[in-house]
Amino acid sequence: MNGRQRSHVRRFPRLRRFVRALPGHVLLVAMLVFLLFPFYWTFVTSIKPQKELYGSTVTYWPKAATFDSYRKLFSEYNFLKPMLNSLLVASVTTIVSLTVSLLAAYAFSRYRFRGRKFFMSLFLSNNMFPTVLLLIPLFAIMRKIGILYTPSALILSYTTFTIPFSIWLLNGYLDDLPMSLEEAAMVDGANRAQAFLKIILPMLVPCVVATGAYVFMTAWNEYTFAVMFTNEGNRTIPVALKNFIGQLGVEWGMLTAGGVITIIPVCIMFFFAQKRLVEGLTAGAVKG
Amino acid sequence: MQRKRFSPWPYLLIAPALIVIFAVVFFPVLNAIGMSLQSYDLRRPSQIRFTGLANYAAAMRDPLFWQALLKTVMWVGVGVGMQFVFGFMLALLLNRKFLGRGIVRSISLIPWVTPGVLIGLMWRWIFDGNYGVLNDLLLRLGLIHDKIPFLAQQSTAFPSVILTIIWQGIPFFALMLLAGLQGIPEELYDAANVDGANAVQRFFLVTVPSLKNTIFVTTLLRIIWVANSVDVIFNLTEGGPAYSTQTLSVYVFNKGNTLNLGYASTMAILLALALALVAVPYLKTLFKAQEEAK
Repeated sequence: MNGRQRSHVRRFPRLRRFVRALPGHVLLVAMLVFLLFPFYWTFVTSIKPQKELYGSTVTYWPKAATFDSYRKLFSEYNFLKPMLNSLLVASVTTIVSLTVSLLAAYAFSRYRFRGRKFFMSLFLSNNMFPTVLLLIPLFAIMRKIGILYTPSALILSYTTFTIPFSIWLLNGYLDDLPMSLEEAAMVDGANRAQAFLKIILPMLVPCVVATGAYVFMTAWNEYTFAVMFTNEGNRTIPVALKNFIGQLGVEWGMLTAGGVITIIPVCIMFFFAQKRLVEGLTAGAVKG
Repeated sequence: MQRKRFSPWPYLLIAPALIVIFAVVFFPVLNAIGMSLQSYDLRRPSQIRFTGLANYAAAMRDPLFWQALLKTVMWVGVGVGMQFVFGFMLALLLNRKFLGRGIVRSISLIPWVTPGVLIGLMWRWIFDGNYGVLNDLLLRLGLIHDKIPFLAQQSTAFPSVILTIIWQGIPFFALMLLAGLQGIPEELYDAANVDGANAVQRFFLVTVPSLKNTIFVTTLLRIIWVANSVDVIFNLTEGGPAYSTQTLSVYVFNKGNTLNLGYASTMAILLALALALVAVPYLKTLFKAQEEAK
């Protein structure tokens, strides 16, 4: 940072600083255009009328913007159905995964027990298995026990896949809360459960919410299992989106409208949760 | 913190998570191993029987298996490599002070939280041979004279698919590396300045060594994710044209869809073994870092 101090001494320090930073800013803008253009394009496509979509010239802003695709999405295609299916699967997954993970994270953070290291590795290794390795036997198993093509198949799968990272995140957050907090409560006569519920949990709420957002987003976004484990009646949004690609062509207007609707809740959640999520995510890699 | 007396509580607390993981991960993995040793084809359920290593032998003779393996190596090598390069660039750009940095940082992460299906489909539309915006942009810039059916011809399909996965992975690398950059103590740069290091030297002598661990962990994690990813390729090309974009994961998925579960399991196990080369060092590092943090 000595360079900056030196430039202060010279004349027009602000102009100099701006000129110096300019190539960086240009590069950053180029990068952002690359990263964000597909979203812009998806949105523009969703508000184009049919004839402009498949016209001879490509327009970068619709000449006659219309929300027809959105209307058709709900009236003709009944997009509400997959939305509700996704909401059900993602909400139940979030509740189950958080409960189970919170219990385990508490054990890992607050107890030193035989096999602790072993069990921790067991949980972490869980996500290393290829999705497709589990997909096939699970398909056979779920068929056998009769929950294939029900929301339970997805809820069970997504709960399992989100447990390792949820435990990892929650364990990290718990480790940051000193043990003395609970010990003080326990000296005052509370038992462990009371100390946890009354002292720790309220302080942990923002972290639980961030972890929950991660679980919800994972369940909301997942495609590979959803396409194998659901049928017409309970398919989730990702499968419904793919279904716009039919034998006779692609309904790009409705597809992009559905895409816009899908991504809005995820973005809202992410913006609220991102600070803690990023903290938890990077802690493991940056420490040590 | 050390508790001397045996307590059943920690075991009871981890039991629910453990049960679910055994039922949905470890049991199916054993199941997959079992299926890979049988002629397990749901289209011919009467012929399901133990066949030993026949499926593995078949995979070794299957030209599509070797092609898919090669595609996986290229997909991961080029994909993750470029994600790293551009992610690092973005992290360095975001590590400067400027107005609205917080918002720019959040917005640039959006591709990371976008569903894989949507990524595949958005880019499929961008790459479209007739109405695609990429063709239009290239035509307007005068870089091409005829529209290119990016996803429909073998020569351009695989590069297009890789471009998409690069796009998806840049934000994650940037996020991790940015956190690493912010953890580098200012004194290190001051010391380098005193020693007369220039910007390039500072980058290679201070920045890169300080981020060694972050780079290592993030890269391994990305390799595992990218190698396992099905949704992006499947929604772009479904592995075609003529299998030119079929990685091992996509091949297994396609085989699973044809209900030849024995052979699909065999290839999935081979993929898992290959990935163990990456997963084991990753887990070791992660665990060591976590224990040291205590």
